[in-house]
Amino acid sequence: MNNKIKNIKKLIVKDSLELDCGKLIKNFSIAYETYGTLNKNKSNAILVFHALTGDQFVTNINPVTNREGWWATAVGPGKAIDTNKYFIICSNVLAGCMGSFGPGEINPETNELFGTTFPIITIKDMVKAQIYLLKYLGIEKLLSVAGGSMGGMQVLQFSSLYPDKTYSAIPIACSASHSAQNIALNELGRQAIMADPNWNKGNYFKTDLSPNKGLAVARMAAHITYLSKKGLQEKFGRKLQEKGSLKFSFDADFQIESYLRYQGSNFVDRFDANSYLYITRAMDYFDLEKQFNGNLSLAFKNTKTKFCVISFSSDWLYPTAENKEIVIALNACGANVSFVEVNSDKGHDSFLLNVPEFLKTLSEFLNSIYNEVSNEKRI
Amino acid sequence: MKKEFEVISQIIQNNKKVLDVGCGDGTLMQFLKLNQQNNVRGLEPQKKLVQKCISKGLSVIEGDAEKELIQFPEKSFDYVVLSQTLQAFIAPEEVLKQLLRVGKQTIVSIPNFGYWKVRLHLLFKGTMPVTNNLPNQWYDTPNLHMCTIQDFVNFCKEKNIKIDRSLCLTNEKISEITNKNMFYKNIFSHLGIFLIQ
Repeated sequence: MNNKIKNIKKLIVKDSLELDCGKLIKNFSIAYETYGTLNKNKSNAILVFHALTGDQFVTNINPVTNREGWWATAVGPGKAIDTNKYFIICSNVLAGCMGSFGPGEINPETNELFGTTFPIITIKDMVKAQIYLLKYLGIEKLLSVAGGSMGGMQVLQFSSLYPDKTYSAIPIACSASHSAQNIALNELGRQAIMADPNWNKGNYFKTDLSPNKGLAVARMAAHITYLSKKGLQEKFGRKLQEKGSLKFSFDADFQIESYLRYQGSNFVDRFDANSYLYITRAMDYFDLEKQFNGNLSLAFKNTKTKFCVISFSSDWLYPTAENKEIVIALNACGANVSFVEVNSDKGHDSFLLNVPEFLKTLSEFLNSIYNEVSNEKRI
Repeated sequence: MKKEFEVISQIIQNNKKVLDVGCGDGTLMQFLKLNQQNNVRGLEPQKKLVQKCISKGLSVIEGDAEKELIQFPEKSFDYVVLSQTLQAFIAPEEVLKQLLRVGKQTIVSIPNFGYWKVRLHLLFKGTMPVTNNLPNQWYDTPNLHMCTIQDFVNFCKEKNIKIDRSLCLTNEKISEITNKNMFYKNIFSHLGIFLIQ
């Protein structure tokens, strides 16, 4: 996998960036990918932010994992985020494990991998780092920023930090402040990793062993939170893995068990345990409301950005009520905001799946912004 | 666009900020945005209609006026529009209070239950009125608090709500309601449109 990572697009940022934790980083890498063509006016660019376990390979086949990109349902030729029409940019977040500056990189000061000596990264740090990429690509103002879950948090942070850098913003299935329940669930995942003796206090790279069991359990637990009770019941019910009767053992009798085990073991092939710790921490630390002394609408004061907030009816991880907090704050400061809750039984994962109502809203909102901006540019 | 919306758009001055409560598919909003350069926002409870508005490039949030108006700051809109929905709320008085708080001026239209066809229907048929403007049966109507033009004017007086303009639609023709002609307008008009604050 490491060999393949060497061949991906990377921007090395020479400037120094001060992180929220106080540390300065420089000469750091941002791995990225683009799709579609940037038009003459440079007015059709959309910056997509990935979620916890995503990466820069939004669509097509991911060259590292050889699997389909994580948002192939929404991004591609003729799709909601149409690559024939828009220029799509996505980068791997700081602390990620797909080529960007992360705990799996070598610390130039010690010539050893960072591991847990890597600085704590925040959502704000992730967003600030991506500005260098926009500068490098020569994009002054984006048509839109879009993302679900942790991607949505980056959308909110980006629009708050750089209100003049995007015409529109699409935060999907997210929250402006990570809830206690979500911090708890992330902690569960982290503890599963740390409880694996192979984790070795984050120094597993010094041995031949990886904390695969811990990481798999973290993924299994998290995966449940991405689905809904109804969705699980309909897909799996009490269906057995092998026809016949129970085996009276702890093997995976039920289909849901083997499904989760598969999700877990698959995940460890493509994700790094330390990255998982760092990125979940960034999500937990995210509290846009607190950045503005408890008044979320100050985060968007005087913004001209057009927002479209989207939530899903069966999402219990980032429920509609939390998405609505964002809408309320935007309305309170007179911002331009649309909001719709899409009906879906597929839980938090809905934003990654083929949910026609959602994709239609996404496509039509972007299209209306595109037309508006095109008309503006012509005048 | 229906006559009622023409009347409402004529009341609204250009370049002003407007909130359309129960904006439906955004017909009025789009007209105001394109022809009068109004800065428009909408609130609509039906998902399908919200999505339709978004596809037209209109900023609309999904939600119920009885719960959602609270989030808008005081006098944050020049006009708040409520077209033929006041009677469908559980607590119309509360909604009206919120409309008046959010808008510098409020435009409310009400289907007139004093319209002669409604009166005759009840008088002669002895069943709950069903007309072009009130097409539902008693058991499936969303209308919980029907009132007449006279009722609404009385209500405003009682609650110290200032009526800046009173208009009514009679056979698709628009006219002013005055103290003098109130008795007749309350019989012959099917819709009352009021500018209040």
